[in-house]
Amino acid sequence: MSNKQQHASAYWKENIKYLVILLLVWFVVSFGCGILFREELDTIRLGGFKLGFWFAQQGSIYVFVILIFVYVRLMNKLDKKYGYDE
Amino acid sequence: MSVQTWTWILVGVTFALYFGIAIWARAGSTKEFYVAGGGVSPLANGMATAADWMSAASFISMAGIISFSGYDGSVYLMGWTGGYVLLALLLAPYLRKFGKFTVPDFIGDRYYSNTARTVAVICALIVSFTYVAGQMRGVGIVFSQFLQVPIYWGVIIGMAVVLTFALLGGMKGITYTQVAQYCVLIFAFMVPAFFISMQMTGNIIPQIGMGGTVEGGEFLLDKLDKLHVELGFSEYTSGKKSTWDVFAITLALMTGTAGLPHVIVRFFTVPKVKDARKSAGYALLLIAILYTTAPAIAVFSRTNLIETVSNTSYSEIPEWFKNWEDTGLIAWADKNGDGKIQYVAGSALEGKKPVYTDARGVSGERMVSNASEAKNELYVDRDIMVLANPEIANLPNWVIALVAAGGLAAALSTAAGLLLVISTSISHDLIKKQLKPNISDKGELTAARVSIFVAILIAGYFGINPPGFVAAVVALAFGLAAASFFPAIILGIFDKRMNSQGAISGMVVGIVLMLFYMMKFKLNMFGGGTSEDWWFKTSPEGFGTICMLVNVVISLVVSRMTPAPPQEVQDMVESIRIPSGAGEASDH
Repeated sequence: MSNKQQHASAYWKENIKYLVILLLVWFVVSFGCGILFREELDTIRLGGFKLGFWFAQQGSIYVFVILIFVYVRLMNKLDKKYGYDE
Repeated sequence: MSVQTWTWILVGVTFALYFGIAIWARAGSTKEFYVAGGGVSPLANGMATAADWMSAASFISMAGIISFSGYDGSVYLMGWTGGYVLLALLLAPYLRKFGKFTVPDFIGDRYYSNTARTVAVICALIVSFTYVAGQMRGVGIVFSQFLQVPIYWGVIIGMAVVLTFALLGGMKGITYTQVAQYCVLIFAFMVPAFFISMQMTGNIIPQIGMGGTVEGGEFLLDKLDKLHVELGFSEYTSGKKSTWDVFAITLALMTGTAGLPHVIVRFFTVPKVKDARKSAGYALLLIAILYTTAPAIAVFSRTNLIETVSNTSYSEIPEWFKNWEDTGLIAWADKNGDGKIQYVAGSALEGKKPVYTDARGVSGERMVSNASEAKNELYVDRDIMVLANPEIANLPNWVIALVAAGGLAAALSTAAGLLLVISTSISHDLIKKQLKPNISDKGELTAARVSIFVAILIAGYFGINPPGFVAAVVALAFGLAAASFFPAIILGIFDKRMNSQGAISGMVVGIVLMLFYMMKFKLNMFGGGTSEDWWFKTSPEGFGTICMLVNVVISLVVSRMTPAPPQEVQDMVESIRIPSGAGEASDH
């Protein structure tokens, strides 16, 4: 394997690591907190909201937005580290 | 000034704006026509994507649907936003690096096969047409309601408007018009929400007001839950769908969103891979403003509605009730003859819509001939929750007119985006790539314009004469996209070993299975069936999830039994994984 290729596959590996972590968060806040564990979470309250209901209708959306911007930052840093930014 | 005058002024001003932009941003080449020249800034692209994405359904119907279904409405909120995470992380940057004009282009090249390209074109056309027919109907309804013209005139006006900016500017004109439309629609959505949140909870931010307290110090949501239980509905914050079905529908909507061709194509218009990522972030941020406000509006208007009408006698009902009764969105049948409105769980009517007789009842209400046996006396169309909300809350006339302008902006921007995808699929993927490869740039541009024209005529026809199936299948366009494109694109990027045999068989089986299930359970063909007969207890709306999984499994199995893709394709996959050197979106 050439140097260039090793470089590229190292970049790809780190990229996949980020994806797995971010998608895990994505799954937990929406399918986890908003759907599968909603009933348990509903016993906890956040002001006027039951927590599970809040995740399903608002919380998960806030987290989604944050996730994408975190991804943008991480990838910009990764691009720089491997010299792929332009 | 009257609502009518305000409506004409606001609609007139916003339309002049859209036309002005369309003329300013005329497209001269196919590249400008398909991908706006590839030089759109991430923020502008984010706004255009958001407007493209938020249709008449998001603007007018979504808050209403949530208002009537409570927790169950969460599937739309999470599904239609969570898909952007998938889009940003798994699709947008790589497709931008790949640098072609369309989704079938990617599929055709990645799977080195014109069969794959054709399958993708067919899937794109099925998805886009089911979606656009619903939009044109939406355009017609909004026009007819606010400009007091018949629906078919509404559709025709809408066709003329969309046609003008699509023909002139292609993607370039549409992109900048959509930026303006985003501003109009979000402003129109937020203003009434601020007013109503302030009125009901004393907090001007609707997202926070939703969890706030009302007069008497009770939490708004607790109060609404209590009202719901008293009237025999299921608790607002719990819903009644099964957990599995909520899960399946949400996943189908998410993956469908990420696979919708008119959304994906937007990420070809920015200059760099970096910008594609950022632009997906902006798009979701801008969409989230509306999507987190909608559940708040749902709660406010639901509470308002129940409190205003429940056990109120018809003679004391506010003016808006009678206005909307006249337009056919509200019906009241005084079944126990006490002159008061009993609003409880159960369907007030036989069938979906009220059938009015010409007569008036004792209290002066419009009589219906299809009242049901159930105790409930009130029929309310759910679209009213956004359209009539400002009236219900007694807001000034200009706010009511603003909602009309916003609804139109939402419907028009989405219709334009979809028509462009349809025309691109035909002129680029069919004519240029398959039928007539030597066609000149100018000839292709003409073909694109002609196909937009034809597409709009077909869409308009379905808008005026909606076949019964349109309403039933629009929501399923997501299932179709999830069942066909999503796996083919993802596997094309993340699985180097995926070959044409695998992808084609996956797409074909996925979309055929989804179409079959839709026809069986939505259109009652092949013997039909009720919710007891659903496969794996999954509703047609959620079945896209199953089809997607089937698609993935078939793709993987078939690809491993057939030869690996050629070396140059594997090299191409390597290269799209690296962000630098994206270059311009190009033809070849």
